[in-house]
Amino acid sequence: MYQYNDTDQTLVDQRVAQFRRQTKSFLKGDISDDQFRALRLMNGVYIQTHAPMLRIAGPYGLLNARQLRKLAHIARTYDKNYCHFTTRQNVQFNWPQLEKIPDILEELASVQMHAIQTSGNCLRNTSSDHLAGVCIDEIEDPRPYCEIIRQWTTLHPEFAYLPRKFKIAVSGAKLDRAATQFHDIGLHLVNNDAGETGFRVLVGGGLGRTPVIGQVIKPYLEKKHLLSYLEAILRIYNLFGRRDNKYKARIKILVKESGLEKFSELVEKEWQLIRDNLELDSDYITTVKAQFAPPAYETDAAQGSRFTQHQLENQTFATWVKYNTADHKIPGYRAVFLSLKAPDSPPGDMTDTQLDAVADLADLYSFGEIRSTHRQNLVLADVKQADLFPLWQQLDTLKLATANIGTATDMICCPGLDFCSLANAGSIGIAKEINEALDDLDYIHDIGEIKINMSGCMNGCAHQSVGHIGILGVDKKGAEWYQLTLGGSSENEAAIGERLGPAVAKDQITQAITTILDVYIKQRLDDESFLNMVKRVGITPFKEQVYADN
Amino acid sequence: MQIIKDKQIIDDSWSYVADDAELKDGDISVSLARWKKDKQQLLKSTSKIGVRIGPADSVEDIAADLKDIPLIELDFPAFADGRIFSHAWLLRGRYNYQGEIRATGHFMPDQVFYLSRVGINAFSLEKTEDLPAALSTLNDFSVNYQKSIC
Repeated sequence: MYQYNDTDQTLVDQRVAQFRRQTKSFLKGDISDDQFRALRLMNGVYIQTHAPMLRIAGPYGLLNARQLRKLAHIARTYDKNYCHFTTRQNVQFNWPQLEKIPDILEELASVQMHAIQTSGNCLRNTSSDHLAGVCIDEIEDPRPYCEIIRQWTTLHPEFAYLPRKFKIAVSGAKLDRAATQFHDIGLHLVNNDAGETGFRVLVGGGLGRTPVIGQVIKPYLEKKHLLSYLEAILRIYNLFGRRDNKYKARIKILVKESGLEKFSELVEKEWQLIRDNLELDSDYITTVKAQFAPPAYETDAAQGSRFTQHQLENQTFATWVKYNTADHKIPGYRAVFLSLKAPDSPPGDMTDTQLDAVADLADLYSFGEIRSTHRQNLVLADVKQADLFPLWQQLDTLKLATANIGTATDMICCPGLDFCSLANAGSIGIAKEINEALDDLDYIHDIGEIKINMSGCMNGCAHQSVGHIGILGVDKKGAEWYQLTLGGSSENEAAIGERLGPAVAKDQITQAITTILDVYIKQRLDDESFLNMVKRVGITPFKEQVYADN
Repeated sequence: MQIIKDKQIIDDSWSYVADDAELKDGDISVSLARWKKDKQQLLKSTSKIGVRIGPADSVEDIAADLKDIPLIELDFPAFADGRIFSHAWLLRGRYNYQGEIRATGHFMPDQVFYLSRVGINAFSLEKTEDLPAALSTLNDFSVNYQKSIC
């Protein structure tokens, strides 16, 4: 994992001092609300329904045990003993006091963390594959490039006041687990015909009000040109992106309105003028790569029969292994998902006690590192199979072992009306209700892989438009209603969900979901997944049943 | 009026002449539109002439004239209009402009640091009492990840 050098540390320390001064000036009345808004957002501070919300960057989802303990400490000292993991691998606190936020940032800086550019119309935290470096389908580890992008985007002077927010995701594996097709820029590590590795560059993807699948702007970009090409795209966007209407200001609209061809021409022209001055030095790439060297794996981890024995003797453990662990490139190791979707807790939330305990487990079993995922769970990426049983027992005690990863109750959910000032409808309550209706784990496992995403408003923080089932909260004359979509996907065969029909009332939404799942169970072919069935039959069979019941 | 120029607070004598106003003596700046329209007449003037560029203008339009222009004003209609930052970068980085680039209009003292990093060397703030604070923000960071341009 990347460790800060003196430059990195100095920069975050000086950022804390800068924000402390800005906050003080604001509280004294020297900076207007409007001006402070821009400054605080670029430090992750929102003003929410109840209190400010602070979003902390999880750089491409990587955290270490010390950082997790710091989050626990912050939750205890400055918040209500919990935090929330987001779909872009960040961490949110919902209850800090504004005047204390500089202190929180100082605490974070002491463990090489920050909240820089986690909000605002600027370059945001770069996200990536939560299985980077360990998965079996990897072309190349994306994390060194994520770090290079992190540094380049951090306090970039030219691109701090963009037309709208700008998100970059990098994937290095065959299966896209980072939703790169739904980012302003998506980068895929690919091989060219000569067997060299470079980037396929996608542009103009995004979710929110107008979901758009990103288009390939550069099928193959040499690694040394990574930053010059990003700079070319950003400069064109900064100069020509719309600023007259915030709903049309994302780069996806610029690409759509100018057409990919014309947009590409502008970028290409700009890039040709700057590319030779911005080449990435190969020594720099090597230095950053060295920070992501594999940990000291044991060579005999695959030996021994205890792991198999435990699975034979304990069905619950075996089920957990099946759903909550993933294959690892090193024999005898597995990547372990910690489900933050226990039935009775809000999706993505973690308490201070859990954070501390997971830090200890990471130290004990996974080289002291933790990752957060795009679907709001955590991963211990390097666990020896012989350690899985004791790890599972401890996770179970912590309520972090619900065997539901990738299933119906592994919902992505935004904070909704309970916390967010933008929301039109609640989401956490609905997630709880759906969980209660689906309280039979065997039934959940029978349904198998399904992604349910629920957002409390059309800003779409929970990516409902790419959920296999998407739920979108809308306001109808002061009442909370929910629109359903089916068939969305953020993986390789990206798709935007199709609307099922009219919105459903709050007291009907759980019934609608269970009806959809029942239709699937009854009409699926053999081991056909939910998504494949929707692709085969369309939405009609689901629609008939959902609206018949109403 | 006082401004920041080259990291000093100094007295300044430039004034902007609106498109519908008569030209006057002394150091004046005019809009890009006026420059394009009255360039020949302006070049004959004994005054020094600067050109004010807004976010929607294209810097490319004035690239060929830069050698005759001692001052470019980059004017913020609103502090969030980040096109100004790219205009400054292009003036210095692409067109190698050596004259004064001055930020004018509605921008925040807290933007002075980034503006200085993209090549702006003079700042005319909305409130002159903000000048010392704005000047001190130039020392906010002693390190950075990108090359600055000046």
